[in-house]
Amino acid sequence: MELQVDGKTVFYASGGRAPDAGQPSVIFIHGAGADHTAWVLQTRYFAYHGRNVLAIDLPGHGRSEGPAIDSVGGLADWLMALLDAAGLEKAALVGHSLGSLAALEAAARQPGRVWALALLGSAIPMAVSDGLLAAAKANDPAAFDMITIWAHGAEAQIGRHTVPGLWMTGNGLRLLERSRPGVLHTDLKACNDYQGGMQAAARVTCPTLLLLGDGDRMTPPQAARPLAQAISGAETVVLPRCGHMMSVEQPDAVLDRLREIV
Amino acid sequence: MAEPQYLRFGTLSLHGGQHPDPTTGARAVPIYQSTSFVFDDVDHAAALFNLERAGHIYSRISNPTTAVLEERLAGLEGGVGTVCTASGQAALTLAVLTLMDAGSHIVSSASIYGGSHNLFTHTLPRFGIETTFVDPRDPEAFRQAIRPNTRMLFGETLGNPGLEVMDIARVSAVGHEHGIPLVVDSTFATPYLCRPIDLGADLVMHSVTKFLGGHGVAIGGAIIDGGRFDWEASGLFPTLTEPYAGYHGLDFAEEFGPQAFIMRARAEGLRDFGACMAPATAFYLLQGVETLPLRMEKHVANTRKIVAFLKAAEAVDWVAYPELPEHPDYELAKKVLPRGAGSIFSFGIRGGRAAGRRFIEAVRLFSHLANVGDAKSLVIHPGSTTHQQMDAAALEAAGIGEELVRLSIGLEDPDDLIDDLGRALRASQKS
Repeated sequence: MELQVDGKTVFYASGGRAPDAGQPSVIFIHGAGADHTAWVLQTRYFAYHGRNVLAIDLPGHGRSEGPAIDSVGGLADWLMALLDAAGLEKAALVGHSLGSLAALEAAARQPGRVWALALLGSAIPMAVSDGLLAAAKANDPAAFDMITIWAHGAEAQIGRHTVPGLWMTGNGLRLLERSRPGVLHTDLKACNDYQGGMQAAARVTCPTLLLLGDGDRMTPPQAARPLAQAISGAETVVLPRCGHMMSVEQPDAVLDRLREIV
Repeated sequence: MAEPQYLRFGTLSLHGGQHPDPTTGARAVPIYQSTSFVFDDVDHAAALFNLERAGHIYSRISNPTTAVLEERLAGLEGGVGTVCTASGQAALTLAVLTLMDAGSHIVSSASIYGGSHNLFTHTLPRFGIETTFVDPRDPEAFRQAIRPNTRMLFGETLGNPGLEVMDIARVSAVGHEHGIPLVVDSTFATPYLCRPIDLGADLVMHSVTKFLGGHGVAIGGAIIDGGRFDWEASGLFPTLTEPYAGYHGLDFAEEFGPQAFIMRARAEGLRDFGACMAPATAFYLLQGVETLPLRMEKHVANTRKIVAFLKAAEAVDWVAYPELPEHPDYELAKKVLPRGAGSIFSFGIRGGRAAGRRFIEAVRLFSHLANVGDAKSLVIHPGSTTHQQMDAAALEAAGIGEELVRLSIGLEDPDDLIDDLGRALRASQKS
């Protein structure tokens, strides 16, 4: 499905069903260098269970026009423009990693338009190592390998995908390889530069879930603790034996937790 | 953070796709000898059937034991996913049927396994799919044979029986210029000796029966998706880029991204054509994959010794092995197969068809049969067996001289193999 936001074409996966104006809407926001396919094991279920699904490709990603937006604040404003373009007064926001920061900031800027918030693989601050930033800036494929290796938990490196026959790290790498030159660096720098996280957390008013992996080496659960404490009433769930790529590593656990809030 | 590192080949050979069974603690991969798997409730069942959730439903489509082998092969080949099949031939057929419809065309290397040749030459034309065969050593020949309806380039890492080494990088580049994927049968090489996806191939198939299984006890195949081919940019593959009524209008490329092909191959191909691998077969083959690196090292080491012996043998006119400087692909083999050119090769016996027959009857350790890639050494003389009805001219046209003997070197003590060959060669020269 496509929308026009700020004069540019935006793609979103609807989970196989066209939107129904009578249903609540949920926007899924992927992480750095990724696209809507990161959510394939959640979105189709929600679409067939009473939700309008918009698993977006952020600008410059997947099938959406560029350029990529270079700040979390810019992404938050863009998300609200997306709601306008889709004719939605309110939506739930489900964000992973960079997408979680964009969702957090959007929920803080316009709390009246976000009815639920789910932050997966999130942390404040979300520092990115100098080596990874430098490799991404140079469009060095080593950046794709670094993320693929660090983002998948120890168990996911060995495999046993919920979808029979699929190889998690292989697909993670291919997804990053598809990103347009420079986009990964823009995304990672936006994560690294984001300063307003704790202030944003204090302004969130909707029901909020933090979904974390106990084996996450990119956003470890302890790095999300201040964020969880700053969001009023936020629930924190730590998935055992799970890395940063929880929507792929433990798709059913993620889906079942999300069902409780969105 | 520590230096990033994927698990290495030898570790994936043993662990890829499997954690100890959470219920029983079983360390080995259990054989899930069950046709079907219970649903949690009605909603769970409906979600599984509609691809809203993932999981096992029925062993024709997926099985937990087979899934371990599938993941392991995908990891070893550097792909995004695998579908295992009843045989290597089923894997090739599944690839063809997933990629194209009646009216399509394939460009294939002329030097391929006889079973694949039969499929392309005699069977697929009945379904409206034609094939043009070209010289595997000439990437430009692939280009020249491409038509508007071409949907696949095909070849083998190591050709059969000539051991032509495929220039995977160049042939795949030709395909990609035309929006066409390259499918490589890498049975003779295994991922230990060559990873075609790293070189540019889009799909890799195996007869897992051979070196991957390694023990000659079970028939199986696999098709592995490299995940790099851009089906949408190509625009030639509606099975992957247009809504499929078989799953509520699912567009596989849109929904699954890099895994579009392998998802369709399972969701439609195994569901409808049904050439699945049995879980017990997957278990047998997994035992082989566990020791793949060790076995391939030994296969290659034994082969090098035997090639050197035959090169010096009086009753041998020629030896064709890509590691020999006189082989046409000597330089290319160093790039494509840096760890070794495998353990299948051919030689020309002095005295032609009659000498070949006497040689075959004199070997004791080498088994005379129609297979390759066993732990045990194998031999066949096409001129007196598989191709006996062809005269010298017809054999020549097929690239098979009357004097050609093909060996598949196993894991025995190489000195015993050399003794066996030496005795049989002496016997072959007595008329």
